[in-house]
Amino acid sequence: MILLSQLINGVLLGGYYALLACGLSFMFGVMRIINLAHGDLAILGACLVFFIADQTGLSPFIGLIVMLPVLAVGGWALQRWMLERSLRAGLLVPLLTTFGLAIVIENGLFEYFGADSRSLAPYIGDFAFDSWAITDNIYIGELAVLIFAVAVVLLGGLKLFLNYTSLGRAIRATAEDADTAELVGINARAVYAVAAAIAVATAGLAGVFLAMRETFSPYSGPTQLIFAFEAVVIGGIGSLSGTLVGGIVLGVAQTFGAQINPQGFLIAGHLVFLLVLAGRLVVGAMRARGGMHGLFARRP
Amino acid sequence: MSSKTGFIVERWTRLSAATTVIAAALLIVLAFGPLLFGANVVDNLTNLFIYVILSVMWNALAGYAGLISVGQQTFFGLGAYFAIQLSYHGVAVYPALLLGAVVAALVSLPISALMLRLRGGEFAIGMWVVAELAHLLVVLDPLVNGETGVSLLALTTFNPDTRRDDNYWLALASMVVLLAIVFALLRGRLGASVQAIRDDEDAATSVGVKVMRGKWTIFFLTAFGCALAGTLWLATSITFQPNTYFGVQWTAYMIFMVLVGGLGTFEGPIVGAVVFFLIEFFFGQTGVWYLIGLGAVATLFALFLPRGLWGTVEDKSGLRLLPVGYRLRVPGPEQARAD
Repeated sequence: MILLSQLINGVLLGGYYALLACGLSFMFGVMRIINLAHGDLAILGACLVFFIADQTGLSPFIGLIVMLPVLAVGGWALQRWMLERSLRAGLLVPLLTTFGLAIVIENGLFEYFGADSRSLAPYIGDFAFDSWAITDNIYIGELAVLIFAVAVVLLGGLKLFLNYTSLGRAIRATAEDADTAELVGINARAVYAVAAAIAVATAGLAGVFLAMRETFSPYSGPTQLIFAFEAVVIGGIGSLSGTLVGGIVLGVAQTFGAQINPQGFLIAGHLVFLLVLAGRLVVGAMRARGGMHGLFARRP
Repeated sequence: MSSKTGFIVERWTRLSAATTVIAAALLIVLAFGPLLFGANVVDNLTNLFIYVILSVMWNALAGYAGLISVGQQTFFGLGAYFAIQLSYHGVAVYPALLLGAVVAALVSLPISALMLRLRGGEFAIGMWVVAELAHLLVVLDPLVNGETGVSLLALTTFNPDTRRDDNYWLALASMVVLLAIVFALLRGRLGASVQAIRDDEDAATSVGVKVMRGKWTIFFLTAFGCALAGTLWLATSITFQPNTYFGVQWTAYMIFMVLVGGLGTFEGPIVGAVVFFLIEFFFGQTGVWYLIGLGAVATLFALFLPRGLWGTVEDKSGLRLLPVGYRLRVPGPEQARAD
């Protein structure tokens, strides 16, 4: 029974990771950029909502409505002023610039907010710990279910958006081949900016849920980046539905690891990530990573 | 040497010969450092040598082999950890420092088997995961006392002044040897092949460059170099706190030094290490703002001066202080006759 309860909690935690990884995966799929500031942008979103809640007493869910457009604009600006120039300078340069940005963001947040751990849990009342009792032993947290549902809706919605809207098609075309897309009249610059806006806003959304679930500090970003990256790689880089699976595998591994040792939570996650990598190597499926050439490539 | 095309391929120029002599003279002066300078200067120079090692190692990896790693602190931390383990198991302390780095370099072998299959950003964060995992596993060792850390007690038996001087010479010698190895490798076949891999891996493979061997050699060398820097850091600070040694700030420092100095140049990372050392010396106390400044400056260099200070000087003036590469020269009439 405890095992089943752990499993459910692990799967729900995986929903959070999928939500967190969504923007990272999306940006990589469209622009081939792994954004090393992704985790810090998530924490930036959390800090913004915390600031609003702290100053005005407004519910974090209302703060969210304010924060998401702000981060979307931030993502747009990031693309226009930094990533675009980085990409022109070479494939590896975005790694360097986003790493620099990460250091600036986390230390900037530290300067303003200090080292204290904070949480949004006090601002959402009972919702932070309310749960449904399935049996006498199994409780499911309402917040965890909400986060999981948001992750599924977001990943599914993004997929539908990419498949069935003209902007989505433009994004897919640009991801496939930006130069050719421009030939048929797509403004690749605008597409990249939109993709960056979506990616950064979803990072902020994940950050707010993190802050509701547990505590965070200005330096929580790198850990979140690593979790997001692990979820993306476990699920198969570039695939949105794979990201959900990857998140769940990571969440379950961490939840069971935590039972073995206090540090087991993190160790198990990292080990699963490395095992998946090694496994792919052994079965010679590394070529399947050709999937990274197209977020939207059809799988055979 | 000259070829039928009429161009002259040369490696040594009068300037590079002169600077090689100057560099050698500088090293001879530095070798007598503890006899010439006060304790403070010796300590600071020891730190500078360690920064140079880190900077040159990260540059060999990123600037020459095209492998951007966010996880070289893995080896920095593991080197220090193994040195402590060896010392507590009865190995004399200075040999333990060297052996610790060797063991950490050996650990890099299985890691490279997995990580070098990854490309670009995947390799970058993959190495970060490795660093986090190494940190967590080291903390599990009861000897380390969790995040509290452990001291290299064997070193405290030395007289502090002797220890300072020994550390200085060890750091200087390590730096010179590693620089010489990198210099020799880059001048040789490996230098050409890893740069071909950096510029286009598929094209390099197609003309017969042994991609994995090239990457692996550089990765192994840099793992050893970073580990040695870690054990040297341990020798100067004596305490081993996992959080400090496995912190990603080391990568931030390395990226800063290499980007400011000049990615993919031989002299650049040395210039960058000196700049970083000076900045730390003057602004290190400002804490958070110092870190914000480092991040911002590194980003601005990557965006607006991608060849760094030294690379820009090289490009603008055609200066090559050390004979690392080759250069083509159209012969003047006099030389053409001599041929």
